[in-house]
Amino acid sequence: MLDLRLPIGLLFIIIGTILTVYGFAVPTQTVVSGSAINLNITWGSLMGLFGLCMSLLAYRSRRSG
Amino acid sequence: MQVGVIDYVIIGIYFVFVLGIGFSLKRQIVHSEDFFLSGRSIPSWITGLAFLSANLGAIEVMGMAANGAEYGIMTAHFYWVGAIPAMLFLAVFMMPFYYGSRVRSVPEYLKLRFNEPTRALNAISFALMTVLMSGINMYAMAIVFKLLLNWSMTASILVSAGVVLAYTVLGGLTSSIYNEVLQFFLIVFGLLPIAIIGLANIGGWDGMLQHLPSGFGHLWSLAGTTKNPMGIDWLGLVSGLGFVLSFGYWCTDFLVIQRALAAKDLSAAQRTPLIAAFPKIFFPVLTVIPGMLALAVIPGLGSSDPSLSYNMAMPLLLAKYYPSGMLGVGLTAMLASFMSGMAGNITAFNTVWTYDIYQSYLAPNKSDDHYLWMGRLATALGIIISIATAYLVMGFPSIMDYMQMIFSFFNAPLFATFLLGMFWKRTTPWAAFWGLVIGTLTAVVHCALTNYGVFSYPSMMAGNFWRSTIAWSTNFVLTILLSFVTKPKPEAELAGLVYGMPAELPLIVQPWYQRPKLLAGVLLMMTVVINVVLW
Repeated sequence: MLDLRLPIGLLFIIIGTILTVYGFAVPTQTVVSGSAINLNITWGSLMGLFGLCMSLLAYRSRRSG
Repeated sequence: MQVGVIDYVIIGIYFVFVLGIGFSLKRQIVHSEDFFLSGRSIPSWITGLAFLSANLGAIEVMGMAANGAEYGIMTAHFYWVGAIPAMLFLAVFMMPFYYGSRVRSVPEYLKLRFNEPTRALNAISFALMTVLMSGINMYAMAIVFKLLLNWSMTASILVSAGVVLAYTVLGGLTSSIYNEVLQFFLIVFGLLPIAIIGLANIGGWDGMLQHLPSGFGHLWSLAGTTKNPMGIDWLGLVSGLGFVLSFGYWCTDFLVIQRALAAKDLSAAQRTPLIAAFPKIFFPVLTVIPGMLALAVIPGLGSSDPSLSYNMAMPLLLAKYYPSGMLGVGLTAMLASFMSGMAGNITAFNTVWTYDIYQSYLAPNKSDDHYLWMGRLATALGIIISIATAYLVMGFPSIMDYMQMIFSFFNAPLFATFLLGMFWKRTTPWAAFWGLVIGTLTAVVHCALTNYGVFSYPSMMAGNFWRSTIAWSTNFVLTILLSFVTKPKPEAELAGLVYGMPAELPLIVQPWYQRPKLLAGVLLMMTVVINVVLW
């Protein structure tokens, strides 16, 4: 059976990377609590990191299984 | 709102993944049980998140945000008085009967516990209800995409229906469940920044309340009378929402129970609603609080202009806070929520149609391949009927009116039948049948009389809660009375179906942190604490 963590991980890595790259290419600032942040880079990196964790969990269970 | 190419690219990638999951699971669908019940082989973390996500459709994302804007934090009663206690009750007390009796659907339980007519009544009403509900998701998506992306209603409906049809026909329940989990994570990541950015900019919880009508920040302190944003007192809340509507939905609706029945064993099935309940407790952060924020920061929200209706609270916040890029993630989250809601209803529909109507009454004793074929056909037909109901919903003033009316007709009286059936062995088959018929008719008559002005309530929500309580009570009392004058089932036929009549189930030794009663206790404590903090 397909390990669901794999497609979830891959999707989040792809979307996270696209958002981060786009955030650097076309910088847009969002004001959060008085300071400007680049939401695409911040949230894109977080999504990518989550995707990486999911993929690692799937990879680890495949190796041990 | 400026939707750029990047946003469409993100939506496109999402479509590729949901269809890819359907294709990759196609090979594993060999028997009808693989298609309808995922071969009862799915781990509990997946069934748990799917249990949650199948509900995370248009009603939750758009409806709860709309209610948050209209009624304030009292909307969270749907979670902290409604959903959580009902989910705990399902896990601890009811799941052993559902899973332990090895039934394939909720109507099938009614057949074993009572008789064929009760099953047929429930199967037909449930099949009808699911296609009506599925249409809501399509309609909600269509209005969002029309306003935000300028897509036509028909184009939105056909695109979403086509994608859901493809992945559910290919991979059956497993594909639907897997996609629901993927959609769950997308919804969380797509909507969470709204609450974070909104609260940070407005000065936190207290800062937000300063921009809202008084009473919007309290759950209970104004519930002594009906003079509160929701127009209902604590008795109506606890009986209508906390007991009848929520328990009726979470404990008897096959849409949610089906996810637990796909679990690999009883222990995993019991953990399914509990795993779902942990994130569910915090969901008001994703739904209700953004609705409240919308009222504070979007001028004119709730006016007669359709683009500023309460239902548009969430999409308007996406447009306000998200730049191109993140907007694609936010729109994908909304798309994911509508599609998971739609697929959840369709997979429940195809199972009840195939097992409880087609196999039972129209074409018994056919081959397993035939029922698998019928399941796929029913999926396609269910989606086509849902498209028709999507246009029907357009005639109603709000999504919530439509949905609550359906629930009060079908789910509220049904919960009385289940409660008596599972916990009182004297309940007789014909008492259950007639109790359910009269209970449902009572709700219909009450609704008609309210429309004609015979009954009046401070808000539509209050009327709905009271209608549910009345329909439930009618069924409950009538079933008890009729049970004393009709013939009960022999006790030998009730093993594993009624409390106190245990079935022979293999004993599973669980580690302490997986024990349902302990997990339910922790969740209950957390719910009580939240209710006290936001009193």
